[in-house]
Amino acid sequence: MAERPEDLNLPNAVITRIIKEALPDGVNISKEARSAISRAASVFVLYATSCANNFAMKGKRKTLNAGDVLSAMEEMEFQRFMVPLKESLEVYRREQKGKKEARKDKDKKADSEEQEKSREEDNEDEDERLEEEEQNEEEELDN
Amino acid sequence: AEMAARPSEPRLVSLPLSRIRVIMKSSPEVSSINQDALFLTAKATELFVQYLASYSYKHGRGKEKNALTYTDLSHTAEECETFQFLADILPKKILASKYLKMLEKEKRDGEVGDDNDEDEEEEDEDK
Repeated sequence: MAERPEDLNLPNAVITRIIKEALPDGVNISKEARSAISRAASVFVLYATSCANNFAMKGKRKTLNAGDVLSAMEEMEFQRFMVPLKESLEVYRREQKGKKEARKDKDKKADSEEQEKSREEDNEDEDERLEEEEQNEEEELDN
Repeated sequence: AEMAARPSEPRLVSLPLSRIRVIMKSSPEVSSINQDALFLTAKATELFVQYLASYSYKHGRGKEKNALTYTDLSHTAEECETFQFLADILPKKILASKYLKMLEKEKRDGEVGDDNDEDEEEEDEDK
């Protein structure tokens, strides 16, 4: 798939916001500086990907995984990223797991709505049985 | 009057994963990328942007005018080993007039046995 040049750029608004978060309030960022940082970020992604890919190939894998990216960061001398990256990864994995389970529940609910009618009938029988059991227990206790 | 709801909680990641993925896949040797790796790359890129910006601001002269300038960034790429991979895309800027003088000097240095013509050259301050 051929990428258009703009596809390899990151959205300006997001980049600007991230820069502002890192600087004291009210500091001006020239358009030139913003554009340069955006380009630097794209280059960073390429460099990190290439580095991570080397680790994947060493492990004879074709799919880049989390460990490869973390190893790449160390290799590129960005050890300072390790702790925040690992922490966010944990949060991300929990979120993904939660989403997955929410989808499963959603599917279950859809199924159960179809069976609603037959289940109602079953429940009525169930209630009757439960009442009988309770009565039996009480009788036993009395004894 | 009610304000439109704005997300005030910090998002886990702001850069769009789809765009990060496009950039990663532009590397010919990459086959596939697992979801965690994609997330980590996006997050690392955000940390990188913050680090580059704050480092450049801290060590540069732009802050004398309460700004982050291109020169601050270029300086970082040149001086700091961690950011040296950016040197080619963040070259130092040079005034056109200075560059032209450099070219002229190189030309003169290359010509052997010439009289030194510097006295005849005048700096045109009126340009």
